Amino acid sequence: MSLLHIFHKKTSGQIAKDRLKILLISDRINCSPEMMEMIKTDIARVISKYMMIDTKSMEIQITKSGSRGRNLKNPTLYANIPILDLKH
Amino acid sequence: MSEVIVVTSGKGGVGKTTTTANLGTGLAAAGKKVVLIDTDIGLRNLDVVMGLENRIVYNLVDVVEGKCRIKQALIKDKRHPSLYLMPSAQTRDKSAVTPSQMIKMIDTLREQFDYIILDCPAGIEQGFQNAIAGADRALVITTPEVSAIRDADRIIGLLEANEIGRLDLVVNKLKIDMVKRGDMMSVNDVSDILAIPLIGIVPDDENVVIATNQGEPLVGNATLAGRAYQNICCRVLGQEIPFLNFEKRISIWTRVTGMFHRI
Repeated sequence: MSLLHIFHKKTSGQIAKDRLKILLISDRINCSPEMMEMIKTDIARVISKYMMIDTKSMEIQITKSGSRGRNLKNPTLYANIPILDLKH
Repeated sequence: MSEVIVVTSGKGGVGKTTTTANLGTGLAAAGKKVVLIDTDIGLRNLDVVMGLENRIVYNLVDVVEGKCRIKQALIKDKRHPSLYLMPSAQTRDKSAVTPSQMIKMIDTLREQFDYIILDCPAGIEQGFQNAIAGADRALVITTPEVSAIRDADRIIGLLEANEIGRLDLVVNKLKIDMVKRGDMMSVNDVSDILAIPLIGIVPDDENVVIATNQGEPLVGNATLAGRAYQNICCRVLGQEIPFLNFEKRISIWTRVTGMFHRI
């Protein structure tokens, strides 16, 4: 373990906070895991038309960056899709 | 003008009953007429925490079913003449009472008391619906743990949907040394996430267990938790009290060991 790594290691309290932030956003907008899974497969199908993607390791989540207060006015859907090969 | 406060949390074991007992005792000590209602039908505990378990004759369900008058079910506290307890039934279940029956009973109690404090059961089912039905405001209790905060968030959503006028947060069982070394979420982290006003911070204190063993609320005594509960009572009464500064109590030794824990 490098010295740099030691100083940048997240504390478990920080990990808990980060996990909760993501968890509560999906809890609050009441979006079921099944629905998220459907959105994910649909996105994957569309993107696959144009490029080769790694569907197994793609991730989607709904977040709102810099949100304070309970009302989620503008949640954002983030999709992290690894591209294997760009088709031409 | 009386105020009906529901003490709720979602998750069990975070300190609803302890908070209810201490809040009620503190408000009564401040000269208010207070009634505590245990709404946890089937799993009553407020009576033992208050040390009044031997005095129960009638209970909440008896009142609702008209088997006795409200006055007959109210148990007078040992310590404060203006504090009363309405115990819950132990041999029935949550469906024995409906929200409209609770509202009716609370409205009768409003005439005689300044504060009506409802100890809510864990969960979000009928018992929760009964407890919040007649409430003007809520104290949401949580601990700085992922599971308790998630449940508290759900509860806050439900309280807002039920149009409870005012919600305040109590962060309970805070382990100051763990927060110091980053292994527990801080009060700021918790209140940022839940985004409702903070009304109290109660440190994790062995004296709470000792007090519960003895059936004596510890509000107002010299212990850390006793002082924290006293401050919550003052804030409920509308006074502005600064939050206890726990930082001062961190010894040099804890700081040194905390540094090693981080690595």
